[in-house]
Amino acid sequence: MSEKLKVGFLLLGGCAGCEMAVVDLSEKLVDALAHLEVVFWAPTVADVKYHDLEAMDDGYIDVAFIDGMIRLDEHIHMAKVMRKKAKTLIAFGVCAALGGTAGMGSLHTKEELFSKAFKNTTTTDNPDNVYPSPHCLVDGKYDLTLPAYEDKVRTLNQIVDVDYYIGGCPPHHSHVEVAIGALVTKQLPPKGSWITNGKAVCDVCKRNPTRNGNGGRIMVDKVLRMVDGIPDDNVCLLQQGYLCFGPITQGDCGGSCLNVNIPCRGCGGPIPGNEDYGAQALTSIASILGSEDATASLMEKYPNLAKFFYRYALPSGTLPRKM
Amino acid sequence: MSFSPNIVGFACQWCTYAGADLAGNLRCKYPPTVKLIKVPCSGRVKPEYVLQALAQGADGVLVGGCHFGDCHYKDGNYKTKNRMDLLSKLIADMGFDPRRLRLEWISGAEGQKFAKVITEFTEELIALGPNPLKKEEELINE
Ligand code: SF4
Ligand code: SF4
Ligand code: SF4
Ligand code: FES
Repeated sequence: MSEKLKVGFLLLGGCAGCEMAVVDLSEKLVDALAHLEVVFWAPTVADVKYHDLEAMDDGYIDVAFIDGMIRLDEHIHMAKVMRKKAKTLIAFGVCAALGGTAGMGSLHTKEELFSKAFKNTTTTDNPDNVYPSPHCLVDGKYDLTLPAYEDKVRTLNQIVDVDYYIGGCPPHHSHVEVAIGALVTKQLPPKGSWITNGKAVCDVCKRNPTRNGNGGRIMVDKVLRMVDGIPDDNVCLLQQGYLCFGPITQGDCGGSCLNVNIPCRGCGGPIPGNEDYGAQALTSIASILGSEDATASLMEKYPNLAKFFYRYALPSGTLPRKM
Repeated sequence: MSFSPNIVGFACQWCTYAGADLAGNLRCKYPPTVKLIKVPCSGRVKPEYVLQALAQGADGVLVGGCHFGDCHYKDGNYKTKNRMDLLSKLIADMGFDPRRLRLEWISGAEGQKFAKVITEFTEELIALGPNPLKKEEELINE
């Protein structure tokens, strides 16, 4: 048997949901481990420390998965270390690839975010307004440090070269399985590509109007949000006025959201040929608005369009943060 | 030195671009602040182009198309209208004054209107000051 592929996992500014998607492979993960040797998995799963990664020879890891976005100086440092240690580097999940939901943090100032997180939530009791700070001297002798907060969220490829991208928040475990299969058998697309089935969410959606003989141009007079009603679960959401990003999103999830009657918000990443997800989402949605009333109702229902169109992709956009 | 705004103009070849030509032939006076880019139809202007112009430091972006009913591709300008309405809200959410994006319908016969729009837009942008991104860059360079 050929040698096992050495893999590593590194969580940066994310929730570890992407790593749960690996664990969700369950017995298939056990099978895959016949071909894989996990040599690093931090800070979540394995009992290893960052300096263990730093001590490895350059190029020691065959395939590294990084999940989460970049917000701290520590993230920048570790991304660079992992890049050196890994022959192939994968931006795993939409946070690493496009910034993810946490990327919307770049629409706020640090003060707004810190006061929300450490002061103004109802469950917070912080009368002295203590905020985390990179340095703290305790008892006059213990110089403690915390990672420093960068001025905006970045995607992984804004820091290091990325070989492959995998979308999803988190990637669907069936897609993780396909991706790991492609890595083990070395059947990979050209470097810099997304690992994807190449289909849009609409393509895998059971509601697709063309499949149901109900195609034609979609025009709506009124925009609805999920709180406004319960959509018919056999009919395309766009046709019902619920705004769905399926047409412009990679469908490696198998249309998960549509299967539970909620619209796609784009976690799968952009279908190829699109440089700016949010701008494309705007174009796509604008094309179905049949009247000025429809446009007005959209803007009334979605008070912040940057958060709506760039739900998962703001840091990768042409304008990656608020001025 | 006084601030002279830098406007990127996307002009439909069938109307606004011809209107700009006519403004020249009529020797209309307007400030030399706009760089026109000819597009086949205002409906060809992707939001990405406008965002790109702002990201690269344009102080204002003008999108010029045919009047409703006159678009050579029937409904290109209706699409433009939807898009630009959403886009001006989007750039406001990104921290830009939405007045930095201007949508105008200017026909090939409206040379005077073209000159008037550029004059007004220039004045408005002078009042707004430079693209906030440029200020940030200057701060970084200092
Ligand atoms: S992509 Fe989603 S699941 Fe993965 S780390 Fe980011 S927020 Fe978590
Ligand atoms: S727009 Fe949404 S609901 Fe309609 S076919 Fe596409 S993914 Fe399905
Ligand atoms: S339907 Fe869209 S938002 Fe939902 S999981 Fe799939 S790609 Fe993500
Ligand atoms: S042809 Fe002029 S706006 Fe469409």
